[in-house]
Amino acid sequence: MSSDAQGIKEQLRQYIVQEFLPGEDPANVGDDLALKSSGVLDSVSTLKLVTYVEDSYGITVEPHEASTDFETIADIAALVERKKK
Amino acid sequence: MNPVPDTLTALFADAAARRPDAPAVIQSDGQSVRYAELEDLSARIAAHLRGMGVQRGDRVGICMPKSINSVACVLGILRAGAAYVPVDHSGPPDRNRFIFANCATRVICADGPRAERLGPGVAPFLTFPGEATASIGAPQLSGQPRGQDAPVSAGDLSYILYTSGSTGQPKGVVHTHASALSFVLWAADLMKPTPADRFSSHASFHFDLSILDLYVPMTVGAAIVLVDESLGKDAMRLAEFIAQQQITAWYSVPSILALLAQYGRLDQYDFSALRVVNFAGEVFPVKHLRLLKQFWKHPIYYNLYGPTETNVCTYYRIPDTIPAERQEPFPIGIACENVEAIVFDENMKPVVGGEGVLYIAQSGPVMRDYWNLPEQTARAFYTDPAGRRWYCTGDVVLPDERGDWLFLGRRDRMVKRRGFRIELGEIEAGLYKHPSVHEAATVAYDGAEGVVIDAFLTPKPGEKLSVLELKQFCAKQLLSYMNPDRFIFVTELPRTSTGKVDYQSLLKQSRGPTAPAASR
Repeated sequence: MSSDAQGIKEQLRQYIVQEFLPGEDPANVGDDLALKSSGVLDSVSTLKLVTYVEDSYGITVEPHEASTDFETIADIAALVERKKK
Repeated sequence: MNPVPDTLTALFADAAARRPDAPAVIQSDGQSVRYAELEDLSARIAAHLRGMGVQRGDRVGICMPKSINSVACVLGILRAGAAYVPVDHSGPPDRNRFIFANCATRVICADGPRAERLGPGVAPFLTFPGEATASIGAPQLSGQPRGQDAPVSAGDLSYILYTSGSTGQPKGVVHTHASALSFVLWAADLMKPTPADRFSSHASFHFDLSILDLYVPMTVGAAIVLVDESLGKDAMRLAEFIAQQQITAWYSVPSILALLAQYGRLDQYDFSALRVVNFAGEVFPVKHLRLLKQFWKHPIYYNLYGPTETNVCTYYRIPDTIPAERQEPFPIGIACENVEAIVFDENMKPVVGGEGVLYIAQSGPVMRDYWNLPEQTARAFYTDPAGRRWYCTGDVVLPDERGDWLFLGRRDRMVKRRGFRIELGEIEAGLYKHPSVHEAATVAYDGAEGVVIDAFLTPKPGEKLSVLELKQFCAKQLLSYMNPDRFIFVTELPRTSTGKVDYQSLLKQSRGPTAPAASR
């Protein structure tokens, strides 16, 4: 894994904890935590996160990707990596 | 021209007889049925249900995603003379089992996966194929002969919708064919549907917005376009869908319209077919409504207001242009023509031109009662000295200079979030089920992006609470829109001098002293 990928994951983790899990220890939010089924992300917070990802990494997230590639931090980081290339 | 129908079944029969070849229901995946096909499928479902013992006046549950099959179940149940009881199929199975047991459903229409999740013991299932196959009908129905429809009259039950209850258990709002039709015919008068219309069905069937979606198109034999539930939450894909499907009449909660305006990339599609946009269920922030109207300039916009108990009871047409400086939300408007409304002050004196609580006469579109809850029903209605019964909406209103009512807030602990009605007590009751929670109190307030719900919790001695774990716990225990935004751990809850939880103090702590309580 590239250090870049790890950096993206850390940044996403910080953002998700700050916005959607205030008070939680980021160390408890794993790369593979199912964000939607665990109740962390709902339809509104997913769109907020999509906007954050688009703005932070200068990419465009397609409508279907917001549904399929936003389940875990690892998924989102992989999407960002793929799109940045 | 046929006489005005007096039941929902007659309404559908008229549409099917007049426009058998017109498209009736269109699924998001493109499958569709004509009115004649829907008539036939619902007749066979009705006959099958009667074969399973369903009789006039019985209740039949529905627990499956929105589909042609579920619309056919709605109609089949009504044609069997029974009332349908739709539940949130993604909701906690315990909650759904409670609902079905509470109103003693005779049969539950479910797809395979939901029947499995609910498990046996509540009522026998009429099972439909799961999503993966997405075929229309069910194997048991293929050899099922049609029968006669059960006799149905206007006063018979048509559906029961369960809403959040302050004690933690949902309560069933009972409507008759007459109360449903009173609303449907009023809405048809306002919107003037034509056979060429394509109505959206965005709300789930357990939500009262679905009554307009399902039955107003039937007044003219127009098409119902079902918006799949996952698509309905996904503003980016939804925008494209509305344009592609050439939807002419849209109805949803404001929050999804606000998401469409902000994230839907509406400038990329052609929405020229759209002629009416209705919203209901909560306050539409003017900032987002103005943005939406920049993209969708030509439709007529209506703000429809009313608790599940009354269907829609007031309405307001949004002006064509919204001044740039306007910040305050639009009024809920005036009483619908089929409704008698009155405002009472705290001493139950009628108020003209001032602030008070809105009451709706028990006639027209108003519910019969709460299922099997005579005391709560009695508390919900006020009987005036002349013996008339008025449903108390609990909403405080004030007329503006034109006589349109402004919604000011509530006198109890009910809030609206994303259009869904939530009793904060139901969230607390859910939190108390957590093994490590000692005490729980929730407050709600208007944040920049809608209503925010904070949960204050104290742990049991020696226990530790985790935000993430509580999120996950609530995702299982509660409906998704009830999951608190923030969990705040405290050593004890503040109390008033009488020992009650001091919610005002918690609210201040949540949002600072200037924030208002959540309004809808």
